[in-house]
Amino acid sequence: MSKLSYTKALNRALTDALSEDPAVCVFGEDIGAGLAGPTLGLQQRFGADRVVDTPLSEQAFTGMAVGAALAGRRPVIEFQIPSLLFLVFEQLVNQAHKFSLMTGGQGSVPLTCLVPGSGSRDGWAGQHSDHPYSLFAHAGVKTLVPATPTDAYGLLASAIRDPDPVVLFAPAAALAVREDVTWELAPIPIGSARVHRAGTDVTVVAVGHLVHDALAVAEELAGEVSVEVFDPRTLYPFDWTALAASLERTGRLVVVDDSNRSCGIGAEVVATAAEEMRLLAPPRRITRPDGAVLPFAPALDRSLQPSRDQLRHALRTVVK
Amino acid sequence: MTDHQVAGLGTLQGRYRMLRLIRGFEELALTLVKSGAIVGGTHPYIGQEAVAVGVCAALRPQDRITSTHRGHGHVLAKGAEPRRLLAELTGRVGGLNQGRGGSMHAADLSLGILGANGIVGAGAPIAVGAAWAARQAAEDRVVVSFFGDGALNQGVLLESLNLAAIWRLPVVFVCEDNGYATTLPAEVAVAGSALGRAAAFGIPAAEVDGMDTEAVLAAATTAVDRARAGHGPGFLRCRTYRYQGHHTMERRMKVSYRSAEEVDSWRARDPLPRAAALLDQDQCAAGDREVAELLAEAEEFALSSEHPDPAGACDHLYASGLRPRAGAVA
Repeated sequence: MSKLSYTKALNRALTDALSEDPAVCVFGEDIGAGLAGPTLGLQQRFGADRVVDTPLSEQAFTGMAVGAALAGRRPVIEFQIPSLLFLVFEQLVNQAHKFSLMTGGQGSVPLTCLVPGSGSRDGWAGQHSDHPYSLFAHAGVKTLVPATPTDAYGLLASAIRDPDPVVLFAPAAALAVREDVTWELAPIPIGSARVHRAGTDVTVVAVGHLVHDALAVAEELAGEVSVEVFDPRTLYPFDWTALAASLERTGRLVVVDDSNRSCGIGAEVVATAAEEMRLLAPPRRITRPDGAVLPFAPALDRSLQPSRDQLRHALRTVVK
Repeated sequence: MTDHQVAGLGTLQGRYRMLRLIRGFEELALTLVKSGAIVGGTHPYIGQEAVAVGVCAALRPQDRITSTHRGHGHVLAKGAEPRRLLAELTGRVGGLNQGRGGSMHAADLSLGILGANGIVGAGAPIAVGAAWAARQAAEDRVVVSFFGDGALNQGVLLESLNLAAIWRLPVVFVCEDNGYATTLPAEVAVAGSALGRAAAFGIPAAEVDGMDTEAVLAAATTAVDRARAGHGPGFLRCRTYRYQGHHTMERRMKVSYRSAEEVDSWRARDPLPRAAALLDQDQCAAGDREVAELLAEAEEFALSSEHPDPAGACDHLYASGLRPRAGAVA
């Protein structure tokens, strides 16, 4: 048995993919030095022509990865800062995502974007604290937000093998999670949710690092309310079948989502549940505020993110 | 050398025939836009044919290109079937992209045509990536990135020049400077110059008469050979002109940003008569006949190919076969 950290899990998934498939390559800033963690040691092992340190030209190296993917490579791009994704929406959404349909299926873009440290990192303020997974789910890019090291390994492994563009967000607040691993690490299918804790009164859909908050609150309130903690793991395509099954058991829904409120994935979960699933009470969402920009001061930064207090309150409200 | 070359472009006669094909194709497309058979319009390439033909004549079949919103000439010169390109413009299942892309996204990956592109400058980094991938795979392929003078002001183009230069990639950047970014004259929009941008990255660049197919071919051959030999990227600035508007909507909008005299002065330098002058009359007449037959057949094909079934509107959205949810609950 060994303790596997989240960052080490990403590192192992990259190592295994580079070992198994010579078409896999990695682009990114400071990845040779392994500054962000997941690429530590990869350049020494696989060479600078497969683990490529790029200049600070996000648009060009993302477009370049699209071209390399069209030409038979399976690139992974590491983005050091989540907000850099705003710079490359053109390359990821207008080019990579649209290519298969626009060409009538002539080609695909097997490109993986890895965002280690998405969301607030405490003290990095407005332009380093975004958590823009809902934007990609909205655009229809496959969007993964693993909460645990084994899920991080398994989903990154699947992302690299997938023939379409995939963005994997590794939440900053989940990077400290360690896990006892007693089984062989393996790919996890994209689009499959995971129920971390079974319950009968309320389903909490928690995204990314918020899974751990939901589990703590569920344990704390165990004498009061029976909470099922539902981790979608993949936000797009969402595992609606598993959610419907969970709501058949509980009939009540709370979503905890570190997105801005309007058009966040939480809104989609609530809307779909309201249209198509069994609900005994009005559902609740806990999100960042509309249009949130995280302020610098720690108390302000935290005040705009979903909290355990808000979750406790929402749980008590939906079971009333 | 000819057996290496694309679509019979290894001879003067073949190049003349391709110029004529592109010109005729674009004229046919204009009539089909007017008749309503092509919905949405096109960005006519008429006047710029020498650039596509001269550059693609320097390429081999395995080489790749990225193209632009004004891409029909590049796509044809790289070897795409005219009838399948025309069927794409008419949105039919027989089109290159099965009617999913239209004029601005026409592609034929089997011929190394990585697509026309609706976003100015977007093809440049894709070309850089394809060149990088070819080198990784130890494949002998050069990639040409076509773009217009408008793209000279896109940051991603400058970033792409830098990446190609630092990694000495086999890319040839071809600036088709037709003098206008839609309606904005390059002379008021571009500080410095196209060649200056290339020089800033240490990329060898040449100024070319983009109305002269043989001049373009000579310059492209130098740059392509150099790239193929591992000496890194090249850059051509081909000064050319489009006789038609930016797009086919323009006439209806009655915009005026250039004089009839200016258009006429460029028509006087038309690439077709210049190419014809290098052949005897019989050779030209044979080429003209062949093109007329090809276009008649293309029109017949494009107008008789089936319209796609709306039930398949989301086909090919994901290569994995994932089906998206419908827009309304059943």
